[in-house]
Amino acid sequence: MTSELDIFVGNTTLIDEDMYRLWLDGYLVTNAVALRVRSGILEQMGSTAAVLQSDTMDRYRTFHMLERLLHAPPKLLHQLIFQILPSRQALLIERYYAFDEAFVREVLGKKLSKGTKKDLDDISTITGITLKSCRRQFDNFKRVFKVVEEMRGSLVDNIQQHFLLSDQLARDYAAIVFFANNRFETGKKKLQYLSFGDFAFSAELMIQNWTLGAVDSQMDDMHMDLDKEFLQDLKELKLLVADKDLLDLHKSLVCTALWGKLGVFSEMKANFKNLSRGLVNVATKLTHNKDVRDLFRRAVLPKSVFSVCPLPRWLPTPGPLGPLHGHPPWLPPAPLS
Amino acid sequence: MPGKLKVKIVAGRHLPVMDRASDLTDAFVEVKFGNTTFKTDVYLKSLNPQWNSEWFKFEVDDEDLQDEPLQITVLDHDTYSANDAIGKVYIDIDPLLYSEAATVISGWFPIYDTIHGIRGEINVVVKVDLFNDLNRFRQSSCGVKFFCTTSIPKCYRAVIIHGFVEELVVNEDPEYQWIDRIRTPRASNEARQRLISLMSGELQRKIGLKVLEMRGNAVVGYLQCFDLEGESGLVVRAIGTACTLDKLSSPAAFLPACNSPSKEMKEIPFNEDPNPNTHSSGPSTPLKNQTYSFSPSKSYSRQSSSSDTDLSLTPKTGMGSGSAGKEGGPFKALLRQQTQSALEQREFPFFTLTAFPPGFLVHVGGVVSARSVKLLDRIHNPDEPETRDAWWAEIRQEIKSHAKALGCHAVVGYSESTSICEEVCILSASGTAAVLNPRFLQDGTVEGCLEQRLEENLPTRCGFCHIPYDELNMPFPAHLTYCYNCRKQKVPDVLFTTIDLPTDATVIGKGCLIQARLCRLKKKAQAEANATAISNLLPFMEYEVHTQLMNKLKLKGMNALFGLRIQITVGENMLMGLASATGVYLAALPTPGGIQIAGKTPNDGSYEQHISHMQKKINDTIAKNKELYEINPPEISEEIIGSPIPEPRQRSRLLRSQSESSDEVTELDLSHGKKDAFVLEIDDTDAMEDVHSLLTDVPPPSGFYSCNTEIMPGINNWTSEIQMFTSVRVIRLSSLNLTNQALNKNFNDLCENLLKSLYFKLRSMIPCCLCHVNFTVSLPEDELIQVTVTAVAITFDKNQALQTTKTHVEKSLQRASTDNEELLQFPLELCSDSLPSHPLPPAKEHLESASSNSGIPAAQRAVTVEKASPVGDGNFRNRSAPPCANSTVGVVKMTPLSFIPGAKITKYLGIINMFFIRETTSLREEGGVSGFLHAFIAEVFAMVRAHVAALGGNAVVSYIMKQCVFMENPNKNQAQCLINVSGDAVVFVRESDLEVVSTQQPTANCQSSCTEGEVTT
Repeated sequence: MTSELDIFVGNTTLIDEDMYRLWLDGYLVTNAVALRVRSGILEQMGSTAAVLQSDTMDRYRTFHMLERLLHAPPKLLHQLIFQILPSRQALLIERYYAFDEAFVREVLGKKLSKGTKKDLDDISTITGITLKSCRRQFDNFKRVFKVVEEMRGSLVDNIQQHFLLSDQLARDYAAIVFFANNRFETGKKKLQYLSFGDFAFSAELMIQNWTLGAVDSQMDDMHMDLDKEFLQDLKELKLLVADKDLLDLHKSLVCTALWGKLGVFSEMKANFKNLSRGLVNVATKLTHNKDVRDLFRRAVLPKSVFSVCPLPRWLPTPGPLGPLHGHPPWLPPAPLS
Repeated sequence: MPGKLKVKIVAGRHLPVMDRASDLTDAFVEVKFGNTTFKTDVYLKSLNPQWNSEWFKFEVDDEDLQDEPLQITVLDHDTYSANDAIGKVYIDIDPLLYSEAATVISGWFPIYDTIHGIRGEINVVVKVDLFNDLNRFRQSSCGVKFFCTTSIPKCYRAVIIHGFVEELVVNEDPEYQWIDRIRTPRASNEARQRLISLMSGELQRKIGLKVLEMRGNAVVGYLQCFDLEGESGLVVRAIGTACTLDKLSSPAAFLPACNSPSKEMKEIPFNEDPNPNTHSSGPSTPLKNQTYSFSPSKSYSRQSSSSDTDLSLTPKTGMGSGSAGKEGGPFKALLRQQTQSALEQREFPFFTLTAFPPGFLVHVGGVVSARSVKLLDRIHNPDEPETRDAWWAEIRQEIKSHAKALGCHAVVGYSESTSICEEVCILSASGTAAVLNPRFLQDGTVEGCLEQRLEENLPTRCGFCHIPYDELNMPFPAHLTYCYNCRKQKVPDVLFTTIDLPTDATVIGKGCLIQARLCRLKKKAQAEANATAISNLLPFMEYEVHTQLMNKLKLKGMNALFGLRIQITVGENMLMGLASATGVYLAALPTPGGIQIAGKTPNDGSYEQHISHMQKKINDTIAKNKELYEINPPEISEEIIGSPIPEPRQRSRLLRSQSESSDEVTELDLSHGKKDAFVLEIDDTDAMEDVHSLLTDVPPPSGFYSCNTEIMPGINNWTSEIQMFTSVRVIRLSSLNLTNQALNKNFNDLCENLLKSLYFKLRSMIPCCLCHVNFTVSLPEDELIQVTVTAVAITFDKNQALQTTKTHVEKSLQRASTDNEELLQFPLELCSDSLPSHPLPPAKEHLESASSNSGIPAAQRAVTVEKASPVGDGNFRNRSAPPCANSTVGVVKMTPLSFIPGAKITKYLGIINMFFIRETTSLREEGGVSGFLHAFIAEVFAMVRAHVAALGGNAVVSYIMKQCVFMENPNKNQAQCLINVSGDAVVFVRESDLEVVSTQQPTANCQSSCTEGEVTT
């Protein structure tokens, strides 16, 4: 006796959160069944493995059918085929677009192309995330990228509108899209200690301050591309190191601004000249695309400076950039123009 | 009464990409009704076209309005080649044809294609202007309301229940026409869908005409079925119960002024009729003219005045108030006479209803059924309905005669079905033989005071259990005992019925789903030989199914079955029988004896041991089940009267001393009611298997209950969370070991596993009950068995149980006492008629104590204990009801029940009756058979919901999936499925919302009852 066909269709589509997670994590039906058996659910319900198998298959099929709609979340809200309660719809979308920290660090700044997709096998092995899950996350990044690529207006707003994500997730996607678009290099060894959160934070500030959209809100179609003119203008910053007066002025201004806000204030003050030089060096060389991509590798040069002092425990996010979150010294406060 | 149909095409959305080059679509719409077609402009390059068309107007006969569906086709414009169809929408405009239903159909409809499924949505507005025309010879029957619900719909009251209506139409099946060889599958499917839509429209119109002839205005319990006969044609047939319904009040006035009904609903959540007081008022009382703000007590006083203001259609004949009412004995006879005469005028005194207004059902005889095997290729004139009409008439006649044999003149809970395999067709009909109260049946013969007296006199709580047949010539051997409730009338030891449990019946403990499953192999044969083989097998199957049911019932420690449905399915090489029913313990019936096993070879020691082991197992199971379903019949009554055997004797002495009524004596002689256990003889391995299979049925996990009736006996504190679902399973039998045994086991496992899966899947709803569990078996191919289940899971609240049961108990107590008094009047008066009587004080005392004790079922005491579990959960559950408001797509509930827990149905919008075909030539790509059917059923649900929403409704009640025919050909990567669903579109209002609107009074009442409940804990 074999089951040829086995389905369950409810008027309201039932979403089992645990099952959804297993599916998103890319577990095959057999693995998912094994996991569920171990969770002791059978004893709880007095059921059999066959029941669990059938239930898992059925849930997976439902998720598979929903996946098409999840690719365009507004469709999920308006579609008539599955009656899903609004709270569950939100959960479906949010979880579908959620990503793993380990995965995103691997692809952040990479071109979301077929080439990268081929590398997913390796990423899967490195991160221990199933290939299926990697594919979903990669495709999500790519899909969001494609949709908002040519759009006007705020990146975060566009993402939120077209993918109905929560504010935080939309910001994260904005960072991912921004990095992918500018192809910032994040995979280098010396950058390994930086978390996605660190990059996302930088991305947000760069979007706010360095992009075309930031400069002119009227001409706001380019929240993804850096303002070339601005980068050119950064060359002028040479003065800050070359001119002693200006250097002192800059030092005093920065010190006033950061007084009491920085745990490593004294170290910063002591090394200000080195720090400033390093940053200005980075800033003045942002005229070539290649250099722009290399921004982060070169910007974290001051790491050596910070590494002399132990990492403060009170930092909200790990990494030496943490204490600077209020105002990273290696980013100019605002475009000069 | 011609009319003008107006259609406006507003917009489309989510259309599929039809032009690969631009990834867009140039869509336009064709609107077709009858032979007239209109077109919208082409909306270029968009997947979300905004047509905003003018009003397309069709001037049509109402005959066409009833028959024809509105057909909307969405196409992609193509300059160079033929336009490509995107999909279609069929809209049944019938709901717009009666005044009280919907006034406009407006909303988003899924665009459906039989090959691709749903492809986007279209926004349509439809209106109908009807012109009044009093032509007497009209062919249409606009205005007759149709309800799938098998009880009197919630916001109506039955003035007269006229009786059975049936109709049957035949047409050639487009799939079997010659043209089908050259047309595309899509064209063929669409032709079929359209034809069936047309035929059901015609059928409904014809039935409507019959109803008008009977002077009714509605059909309740309307059941329409399709028989795909193949070569010989396509049959659409329907049965229903014609009624004259009266709306309780207009919905507008209803909302603010519904205090009394809503309150009533709160207290007895599932009382079939919301306000008995309004029922007791005379027929066609001009309720609509009156403001509906009286208190329940007031309505009584109004009652007399309403009978004075004789506005009723039903003329009153001079039925003296005194003569009819006062004497109980003659009254009963009179009642019978009247019912008899009322029913005998009818060809078929059948009723498709399964739940009735209080007092309608007097006695229940038992299940009557008839089957007949027919050969479809022998139909003389296949295109005409005569042959089939004759077949059904024959079967109905048989049912009628069965009912007569049971001393009944009516059949309730009546239904008909067919099973077709190749050219063999089994026609089946079944129902419950019953004696009915004539009050609702006929115009004017019994009105006013008689009606009033009926309600007071009839012992409705146990009355329906009393045997309607004569004990002297019983139609079948049965053990009779005196009713455990009233102690006056005889009752059988078990009762099988096809109806729902009457709301006023006293049940001990909870009920449960009981199924008998059976397979029988048969040789493959042709035509006549095949039919003969099937005919020969049928009685054995019936017998075995019956035995299995009986055994399982005993094993559960219960004594009555409700909602019994036996389905016999014919396949190429086997017959399948599946019987489902809800077992309950009726307080009025005797305690069932156990099951005893007797071996045939007593010499063998080990065998003996085996037998005793089995016996022990059975006894344990019975004990466990009794505990599980909380069946603790009151011990006290047993103590008083002892076991049923001495009981009659004891009473006989009593009675003899008082009156020498010969009647009584003969009764006593007959009642050899042995409380003996049911003996199962194990004489061969087959029997052994049977016993084993009895024990394999696993009870549902804790927190779960299941039944196939509307509501679960013993649970009455439903919360608002419901989940309707359909589950389909197909198994392939390995052809090697096809023995009856293996087959039975496979089938049994299939059903059991399916149930287990359901429990598992719905575990988040615990505590919950699966209601209206409806199994359908079909045999699509040689080695395939398909089981389809539709049911609804309803959560209930353990903590609120006390409060509700308390009031319930109080009520039943009250009723019990009044019943007692009335019942006692009854024989007393009878005696006074026959002989100079002496009062029976000792008997009276006994009876009173006994029945008042049985009035508080021990089970309900057990619930009190349960209350000890943490409080507050109940409130939480109520609040956690999903907020439907802020969704972009309004939530439409679907349920196979006739009500929605925690809500009040304020309006019936019309019948939903839809037929869909889906076909694929890329089965693998669509996820195999499971993926294909899963998607299709989800689409069917979506289309039903969309239609309901467009009518302005928010729920479908009495939803049923009547057919789900699935055929696959995996080798060709093809599959096809036909689904037919129906139900009633309604508008419901949450009771919590109602309370806000209504005055303070009901809430105050509720609070007081709450505190009362708490005090008692």
